[in-house]
Amino acid sequence: MLVPWRGFWNPRSKAPGQEEERHVKANDRDYNERFTYADNHIKTAKYTFYTFLPINLFEQFQRFANAYFLVLLILQLIPEISSLSWFTTIVPLVLVLTITAVKDATDDYFRHKSDQQVNTRQSQVLIKGKIQKEKWMNVRVGDIIKLENNQFVAADVLLLSSSEPYGLCYIETAELDGETNLKVRQALTVTSDLGADVAKLADFNGEVVCEPPNNKLDKFIGTLYWKDNKYSLDNEKMLLRGCMLRNTEWCFGMVIFAGLQTKLMQNCGRTKFKRTSIDRLMNTLVLWIFGFLICMGIILAIGNTIWEQRVGRNFWAYLLWDELLSSAVFSGFLTFWSYIIILNTVVPISLYVSVEVLRLGHSYFINWDRKMYYSRKDTPAEARTTTLNEELGQVEFIFSDKTGTLTQNIMVFSKCSINGNTYGENMLPIIFIDSQKTPCVDFSFNPLMDRKFRFHDSSLVEAIKLEEPLVQEFFRLLALCHTVMPEERSEGELVYQAQSPDEGALVTAARNFGFVFRARTPETITLYEMGQPVTYQLLAILDFNNVRKRMSVIVRNPKGQLKLYSKGADTIIFDRLEPANEELMYTTSEHLNEFAGEGLRTLALAYKDLDEDMFDEWMKKLLFASAALENREERLGALYEEVEQGLMLLGATAIEDKLQEGVPETISCLTLANIKIWVLTGDKLETAMNIGYSCNMLRDDMNEVFIISSHTMLEVQQELKNAKERIMGPSRERFSSSQDVGKTDMYASDSVFEETIIAECALIINGHSLAHALEADLEQILLDVACLCKTVICCRVTPLQKAQVVELVKRHKRAVTLAIGDGANDVSMIKTAHIGVGISGQEGMQAVLASDYSFAQFRYLQRLLLVHGRWSYHRMCNFLCYFFYKNFAFTLVHFWFGFLCGFSAQTVYDQWFITLFNIVYTSLPVLAMGVFDQDVNEQYSLRYPNLYRPGQLNLLFNKRKFFTCTLQGVCTSFILFFIPYGAFLCAVRDDGSHISDQQSFAVTIATSLVIVVSVQIGLDTNYWTAVNHFFIWGSLAVYFAILFAMNSDGIFRIFPSQFPFVGTARNALNQKSVWLVILLTTVVCIMPVVAMRFLKTDLHPTQTDKASIRIKITNLRRVRRTSSRRSAYAFAHQQGYGELITSGKNMKVHTSSTSAVPSSSPGRTHSSGNWIENMLKKRGAVEAEETMDSGVTEHIRADERSEDSLETLYTH
Amino acid sequence: MASGYNAKEEDGHRAGAAGPGESASRSRKPDNTAFKQQRLPAWQPILTAGTVLPAFFIIGLIFIPIGIGLYVTSNNIREFEIDYTGTDPSSPCYNCSQTYSWNSTTLCTCTLTFSLNQPFEGNVFMYYGLSNFYQNHRRYVKSRDDSQLNGDLSSLKSPSKECEPYHTNEKPIAPCGAIANSMFNDTLELFYIDPNETRTPIPLMKKGIAWWTDKHVKFRNPGGSNANLTAVFQGTTKPVNWRKPVYELDSDPENNGFINEDLIVWMRTAALPTFRKLYRIIQKKNNMTPTLPRGNYTLEVTYNYPVHSFEGRKRMILSTISWMGGKNPFLGIAYMTVGSICFVLGVVLLFIHHKYGNRNNSSDIPS
Repeated sequence: MLVPWRGFWNPRSKAPGQEEERHVKANDRDYNERFTYADNHIKTAKYTFYTFLPINLFEQFQRFANAYFLVLLILQLIPEISSLSWFTTIVPLVLVLTITAVKDATDDYFRHKSDQQVNTRQSQVLIKGKIQKEKWMNVRVGDIIKLENNQFVAADVLLLSSSEPYGLCYIETAELDGETNLKVRQALTVTSDLGADVAKLADFNGEVVCEPPNNKLDKFIGTLYWKDNKYSLDNEKMLLRGCMLRNTEWCFGMVIFAGLQTKLMQNCGRTKFKRTSIDRLMNTLVLWIFGFLICMGIILAIGNTIWEQRVGRNFWAYLLWDELLSSAVFSGFLTFWSYIIILNTVVPISLYVSVEVLRLGHSYFINWDRKMYYSRKDTPAEARTTTLNEELGQVEFIFSDKTGTLTQNIMVFSKCSINGNTYGENMLPIIFIDSQKTPCVDFSFNPLMDRKFRFHDSSLVEAIKLEEPLVQEFFRLLALCHTVMPEERSEGELVYQAQSPDEGALVTAARNFGFVFRARTPETITLYEMGQPVTYQLLAILDFNNVRKRMSVIVRNPKGQLKLYSKGADTIIFDRLEPANEELMYTTSEHLNEFAGEGLRTLALAYKDLDEDMFDEWMKKLLFASAALENREERLGALYEEVEQGLMLLGATAIEDKLQEGVPETISCLTLANIKIWVLTGDKLETAMNIGYSCNMLRDDMNEVFIISSHTMLEVQQELKNAKERIMGPSRERFSSSQDVGKTDMYASDSVFEETIIAECALIINGHSLAHALEADLEQILLDVACLCKTVICCRVTPLQKAQVVELVKRHKRAVTLAIGDGANDVSMIKTAHIGVGISGQEGMQAVLASDYSFAQFRYLQRLLLVHGRWSYHRMCNFLCYFFYKNFAFTLVHFWFGFLCGFSAQTVYDQWFITLFNIVYTSLPVLAMGVFDQDVNEQYSLRYPNLYRPGQLNLLFNKRKFFTCTLQGVCTSFILFFIPYGAFLCAVRDDGSHISDQQSFAVTIATSLVIVVSVQIGLDTNYWTAVNHFFIWGSLAVYFAILFAMNSDGIFRIFPSQFPFVGTARNALNQKSVWLVILLTTVVCIMPVVAMRFLKTDLHPTQTDKASIRIKITNLRRVRRTSSRRSAYAFAHQQGYGELITSGKNMKVHTSSTSAVPSSSPGRTHSSGNWIENMLKKRGAVEAEETMDSGVTEHIRADERSEDSLETLYTH
Repeated sequence: MASGYNAKEEDGHRAGAAGPGESASRSRKPDNTAFKQQRLPAWQPILTAGTVLPAFFIIGLIFIPIGIGLYVTSNNIREFEIDYTGTDPSSPCYNCSQTYSWNSTTLCTCTLTFSLNQPFEGNVFMYYGLSNFYQNHRRYVKSRDDSQLNGDLSSLKSPSKECEPYHTNEKPIAPCGAIANSMFNDTLELFYIDPNETRTPIPLMKKGIAWWTDKHVKFRNPGGSNANLTAVFQGTTKPVNWRKPVYELDSDPENNGFINEDLIVWMRTAALPTFRKLYRIIQKKNNMTPTLPRGNYTLEVTYNYPVHSFEGRKRMILSTISWMGGKNPFLGIAYMTVGSICFVLGVVLLFIHHKYGNRNNSSDIPS
């Protein structure tokens, strides 16, 4: 697609007369129809059966390439110009158009089907006092519909009544905001009284006045007028289309927005069309080729003018021109167009289609990859965009979210601090306990426990059993202060529906420690405290939000006491404590630091006894404020603030955020591939840093970790400047020294190894500072510093800032960026980056829907980039090189012939050959290469991340490569023309009759061309599967079959004027001399290429060359290898460990090295030790093979990891 | 894609999962086939010294003998060429070349004498050669009607528009078009001059000079092989430059009309502006005497064909042939050159590989 089509079709386009306010009357279709609101019919399909052809063709001809060929076709119809028959262009053009049209039609068919499926879903609509089944598309604004459990909401609906008490109902909004937890919606009391009484509901004639349709999912402002009363409506009373009803038997609602005006539809924007750098390069190159074509046209036109003047006019006896055309200049002008037609094949018509076919193939390979399939979630990887594959082989920056991406987003309650005492074992031993299967705390005293819960400090249970009041209060708070929904499927089998996994973990912890949250109604919460049911009256929930960073509940316990329980971010809670708590606060915050230091997520807990009178007064204010139409939230916020003062600190909780499998390994592998990984997270600094340590992105042995967390612009600037100076200074020294080491100390691999570790810095920047640093003045220095650092972590960033950071790198670095995330907050980043990857994990679908690729585990990224990306890039580049080469070799023969045919635009080949060359004779082998080729197999791609480098440096296809391959094409065409020319100058057949006629000449050159390009594709193919064999040999066979068919008597008798080549193939190809010419041409075209390639791989082998040679050798020696495996492996082991142990560096490390998952490591030494160990393992394995393969280990280490040697390898 | 919206996604099923019941039972795990996992067995050739260097040597060793063979064969072919254009005032054909135009009615003849230093053995082929004649010019090449030449009656009466401006001359032209119109119409006759000065005409075969497919498939007279040509061509007219209509080209019915071999040979347009076309065959008499013995000959030319205007040249060529065709030193020399280059290149590559290569090949890929 040269120019992506951006049509005028837009679901969001609105009529010019914008709706300012919406009036909807229940049960009154006549009234509502006056406003022409959208109905509930959804149409995402582009075409109908009848409009498909015109609209699709119109769209297709808007593409530059197609339009170009249409113009050519028109030119060909002018007889004075026409140098080729019309079918030479129309056959490929029709083929290309058909393929695209079929693809569009299939896409549209599926859209039709999905539209159809959605539109015909059944819903129950209250019509004329009766509940009737209706299709979704027939639901109108103002209708009252009945929803049942686990049904999708058909439109944006105002909740009127439900089966649950107080008009409550529960929904899951995964499709809207990606959150899988349940949300509560509550109807107005007046409407919830309507219940399920159909008659009453049919009489309901309230009128809703509300905002016009918009895409804000969390806001709704409206008012209900009913029976002369006015009720304010907010988002809490709305059920949006796309939600699913849960835990609610039924509910009734009134449709406010339908169809395309629903918030869901308003939100699904057009997916932004991403293009790869190769796409852009390709467009440039096509324009260049176009320019080149015009140049050739001009040269030949000038030649024609001169020829007509000097030679042609003497020749008129034979070539009689019309008088009109007798001017040489005019003849030159016509020749220009004729040559444009003849030479048009340098602009490859099938290029874009072929590229799309390749990408589609590569996408399928990604979808089919079993090694990217996550069985626990039954999720295969999915390429959601098929246009970006080769860019996966060029990624230089990865921007990763933390939660759910690096981590599993599984929260485990691991520690707590209650009243100044910490509970929960130190982390380090826990790992061993885990691995050595030491018993966990026994919760058998509690019949309602969650069996999956683990805790390793029995002293806390003792404390509970001793009924220490503060400990009890601590867990009571955890059991009361939350928004979790319980679901008790059978007696004692509780399942919690939690808004955030943290909350779930806390409530589960409370449950296991004997404070079981069992049931809730809007006004009560029932706990089983140590087996006894206790019911608390729930008076108010002061909910979480981003600003408040805390939540509180106000409850009345059975004894009648009023209590406020609060949990929240430590800083926020500490600010609101009673002064008497200072000492406890001090110890607790020490504990908190400790927890944070271990990478745990912390919350502080506090409570307060409330005074009855004060509370009553406050409650009145609250009711008043909540009825307010304006500034409701601000007012509520102020009221909450008022009551959450003078709290008593209880303690703090610490939740472990588990790392996903294989994250540290993946990160170090990607780092070795020279990909920079930046973590952008909304978490706080400490948490982010700790995840950094556990993923080996931060290490103790790092030179410097710059933490930038200032609040003013100037400070940020200063800190960045300092950081830059600090890095620049020592790094220069180090550069020289590391070179020294590389030269002199070839055997001490460990010191080389260390050098690279030391030569690293890290930058950690928080959201405040980032806001300043992203401003125009500072962004350059931020980028400089960040790129000098090995690791960059941005914490406390907003979704917008994530996108800004990506944008910054994209703008200034000209590097390919990849963003990976799982949540709704990563969507902006995913959309901004060149490639967006979604983790199809816990937090719903939002990120996945916005992404280009999705899979279930972060570690698959390694495979996606190093295997699939690398292959795609390699294949695409080879494909393009060959494609341009082929077209030049094919077309430029006409150029050379021009000099010998009076620049008359006579073609060399048969017209049918020109028609079929690109689409039949040569298309399949190159497609097969583009789909199946593997320069290096997947094991090696993963084992040597260095092989990823050519993609980042853009080495396989760039302007230089393009020139090389077009030059090769030009040379080939030259040889293809002039060797037969020399041979045919005075050739005759072996029976004396002539052979140097045009048709024999054409057949000879065409045959040589087909053979030469087939041999060339054979040389370019590294991986000859059966398909490649079939296509390459098949193409040759098809060429000869078609050649003989077209030159046969039979077809000539039927169409004598279309197939004038009758008998030529027979008469030419039975001549030995013709075959000698073909052989000579082939050898002369191919041997220089072979020599060049051989010299290149022999003298300056790239990493890839080396690897493929290695594979070859390995394959050859496989037998020997298996026999010597054991001892060689042992050898490698010995070497790696011995030096480490003797140096004493790993003494601390050694004790913890059995842990497979370093995620929960408390200390930095531990993590780095782990990392070193992993590295050693990896290297050990490689070395082991090295020893076996070649027996030269030392040699390898000399070059290993020395950056400059790499550089030289690629610059040559 | 017009919009990111998709009903399936709204459904909460990830795209690909079919129905609620089905998705539960069937795993979405990709199939473990070699094709889908990209593990198809494959041959992976690499350009190593072990394959490339021998290839060069082998090509060298094959090409050089072929080249020598071709060269020797080509050199053994007897070929004699004489230019009878008559541009030089001393040439016997000078007068003819100066005065002649297409429309003149008198025949101009000229006689050239030449001697062959070596006897020509076996069948000898007589060619006419034209230089600077752009038979490959696009307007010229397309100016023909293959249906007409194939004996199609309707095309005979209404030739293709491609033939313009030699399409109709009051009546439709047969054969139409510029190619036919400019057919070579010199007559060449060869005489052997005995040592005792008697001129013996040398018999020249008119037939067998065209390709079999052309004579029997591509070119056919209208109305079948036995029709009365004069009657069939009734209602058409001869090409402007011709002296005789097409049905009077030869007296032999097998060689008249569109299947006249001179016409057929001419209609097979040459690829390059300098070309030779087979004119006559001199068949060998027996194995004892050479077809054309050493001695003097005269060539009598009926000079009809004007080439003066475009500085063309006309030649008469006598040649014997071999298994590889006529005299053609190019191929032999090209083969020898390419063969030698390949061989030398092989040596050079071997040297380079030995001296500089190989060291790097010990597979030192950093891990």
